[in-house]
Amino acid sequence: MSIEFETPKPIAQMQTVLQSVAENMMRRTSREMDENEHAIPWDYVEFMHNAMRSMGGGGGLTVAEEKPSSLLPEGEGRKGEGEKRPPIGYQKLASQIEMLSWGDVGYYLITPGGGLGAAAVAAAGSPEQKEKFLARFNEEKPTYAAMCMTEPGAGSDTSAIRARAVLDEKTNEWVLNGEKIFVTGGDKSFTHYEQLGKGFIVVWASIDPSAKRAGMRAFVVEAGTPGVKVVKLEKKMGIRASDTAAISLVDARVPFENILGSPTVEKTTTGFKGAMATFDATRPLVAASGLGVGRAALEFLKEKLTENGVEIRYGLPRSKMTAIERDVIEMEIQLRSAWLLVLKAVWMADNKKPNALESSMSKVRAGDVVTKITQKAVEIMGPLGYSREFLLEKWFRDAKITDIYEGTGQINRLVVARHILGYSGSELR
Amino acid sequence: MYSFEPNEEQQMLIDAAGKFASAELRPAAHDAEENREMPKRLIDKGWELGVLQASTPEAYGGFGERSALTNVLALEEMAFGDLAGALAISTPALFAASILLGGSEAQKKEYLPKIVEGAWSPYSAALIEYAFDFDPNALKTSAQADGDAYLLNGEKAFVPFAKDAQALVVYANLDGATQGFIAQKDAAGLSVADEREKLMGLNALPMHRVKLENVRAERLGGADGCDFGLILASMQVASAAAALGVSKSALDHATNYAKEREAFGVKIAQKQAVAFMLAEMAVELEAIRLLVWEAAWKLDNGQADAQNAAYLAFVGACDMAMMITDRGVQIYGGHGYIRENPVELLMRNGRGFPMTLGLAIV
Ligand SMILES: Cc1cc2nc3c(=O)[nH]c(=O)nc-3n(C[C@H](O)[C@H](O)[C@H](O)COP(=O)(O)OP(=O)(O)OC[C@H]3O[C@@H](n4cnc5c(N)ncnc54)[C@H](O)[C@@H]3O)c2cc1C
Repeated sequence: MSIEFETPKPIAQMQTVLQSVAENMMRRTSREMDENEHAIPWDYVEFMHNAMRSMGGGGGLTVAEEKPSSLLPEGEGRKGEGEKRPPIGYQKLASQIEMLSWGDVGYYLITPGGGLGAAAVAAAGSPEQKEKFLARFNEEKPTYAAMCMTEPGAGSDTSAIRARAVLDEKTNEWVLNGEKIFVTGGDKSFTHYEQLGKGFIVVWASIDPSAKRAGMRAFVVEAGTPGVKVVKLEKKMGIRASDTAAISLVDARVPFENILGSPTVEKTTTGFKGAMATFDATRPLVAASGLGVGRAALEFLKEKLTENGVEIRYGLPRSKMTAIERDVIEMEIQLRSAWLLVLKAVWMADNKKPNALESSMSKVRAGDVVTKITQKAVEIMGPLGYSREFLLEKWFRDAKITDIYEGTGQINRLVVARHILGYSGSELR
Repeated sequence: MYSFEPNEEQQMLIDAAGKFASAELRPAAHDAEENREMPKRLIDKGWELGVLQASTPEAYGGFGERSALTNVLALEEMAFGDLAGALAISTPALFAASILLGGSEAQKKEYLPKIVEGAWSPYSAALIEYAFDFDPNALKTSAQADGDAYLLNGEKAFVPFAKDAQALVVYANLDGATQGFIAQKDAAGLSVADEREKLMGLNALPMHRVKLENVRAERLGGADGCDFGLILASMQVASAAAALGVSKSALDHATNYAKEREAFGVKIAQKQAVAFMLAEMAVELEAIRLLVWEAAWKLDNGQADAQNAAYLAFVGACDMAMMITDRGVQIYGGHGYIRENPVELLMRNGRGFPMTLGLAIV
């Protein structure tokens, strides 16, 4: 090993392809999608689904299981004996997400696939469960899954979740009751299963409230399950192409085997922690998505400045820079350094190194950086920045969510601080 | 490929430099600053780590190839111990690396073995000028061709070990562009001020003004000159690497202190206002570290945008160092303001990076 910053070929090639998707399918209709909040762009959905299927990606934006290079046929990247190709699945995924979000983060969020729901199954499911629940994303119709953790009274504090799961021993079914909100893709995963493939939602609920975190489990709830209803689609500041659903569960019955993890409660939190580990994998991806928006805004700003005859002179000492030069140069530094944190976090994931610290670091940084960059860019562009004639104001609105979902900036600061201090959750709340 | 793991050789150097910095430089930092002198013993010991020697090719007396990235890794470790110490130890590299990067074959043969093969000896370089709008690309010190040689006029500031230096690389303005010139210790018209520079920090590093009045000097790189952009980028990356070390030290002190110090019945680290400062310091440090590594990697690999990357890494590192060292003092509270406590010096050092570009090179 040595320290290297060369973009791997497969990633560079993929970026070229996705950039053209971003320019031709997303940017052209970004505004329209923003103004028709709950419309579904079927063209895009179909196109992406077919494109990803034909690339054999295992369905949707996921980390493809990588074959060890020794199993690859000659000529398919197989190297000499004993030489191993380093895995780059997460690095590739982060780069894909960044580029799609550079196109339009709302569109990116409705790219067909298992999303956070499938990520939970992949992290906490048994081999049989993975086979049963994950195969569908590579079938003929575009298919979605979603994750339902948040409730009206439980956001950052996931231990405050009130949803309940009780086993009905007569029928061997779990009976779920509760109210979930802010479910990304909840509507597409649960209700549109005629036009789309049949998806599912993963619902977090307690099987033993007295056990607190140790009693929390995730359940796969198939689309259309009776007793479950999408009761509301939120109207949002940004990412309007993405549906954010409120879902109520009233005596909803799911088969016994749909529980992820052990059906009995041990008085430890290992099961819960295991599931929370999903976030180590997904936080840098959310960061990557935000940084795509940040890059879009910064590139747009620089283009407009050039058009208006404002040159950014690199290489000057601070005292000689104009205010705009200072801002733009600082934005570039922030954006690039945040992206490198993302790369490091996903590189660690690819190399099976524990990356909880680096994941949260990348999320903290990205949340800060993209909100600052988009806010500053609107400010510098003046009335043009505030105008809906350009997408910049939309990116400003889209960017803000980066610092909120998948752990707010504050929650991720807590994670970082606990790591560097060696503190537990009870030592630093 | 992307990878964030130092190779074996680099790791050995990191370990050795880190051990020396923690065990020897760090404990000596406070007294060195107060006494305005870095013990020679420590300079010699740091020199023996062989950072410069390992990045000088065998043909010129060393035993390796120059790698900006490797030097960045070493310099962060050394500066973690003490900034003045790290800069003192690597002062000969200011001269030697300028020659390696911009010198002619003859200049390399003449100077490098002398510097690299023996004990630490004072060779230095003069870039900084005492002006509020100091800009390495618009120097006021001038160079004019005079037959085979050049005549230098002007005044340089913050020149480390100028009093003892055998020779200096002096940077000067030649027809609007910065170029390097090799001036000998006893050249006519070259005078080194007796008085040391008086600065907010870095007082263990002896620095002097150098006046140049029609000083005859040889041009770095011979008749064709040198690529000053490359030299400047190497200085920027070096300064950034040193900023990483200083910041890492401040974070380290602040983290330990926050876990010890109690207020309102808990450790102050258990208060979010303090814990979040620490978290942000850690994020900033790691983010800028990667930016510096990338710039160094680009320099090593001759990437087209390497010099711009070095500039951005430098600007980012300057802000990082101020932010982190300031918070280091804040977390110590009133105790942070007392010179007995290490974060005080770190904050004074932390402000210096924008002004002291040119005191290190990788
Ligand atoms: C568009 C969108 C999509 C989403 N998608 C999903 C999804 O798919 N699935 C899902 O389960 N959830 C989803 N969420 C929910 C999201 O993860 C939560 O909104 C987020 O975790 C914050 O929870 P909250 O809104 O209840 O805020 P609260 O937890 O009430 O936080 C309010 C404020 O207090 C701060 N705070 C809270 N606790 C602490 C603490 N210990 N220390 C310091 N500060 C603290 C927070 O940082 C925040 O600033 C989504 C949200 C949105 C807006």
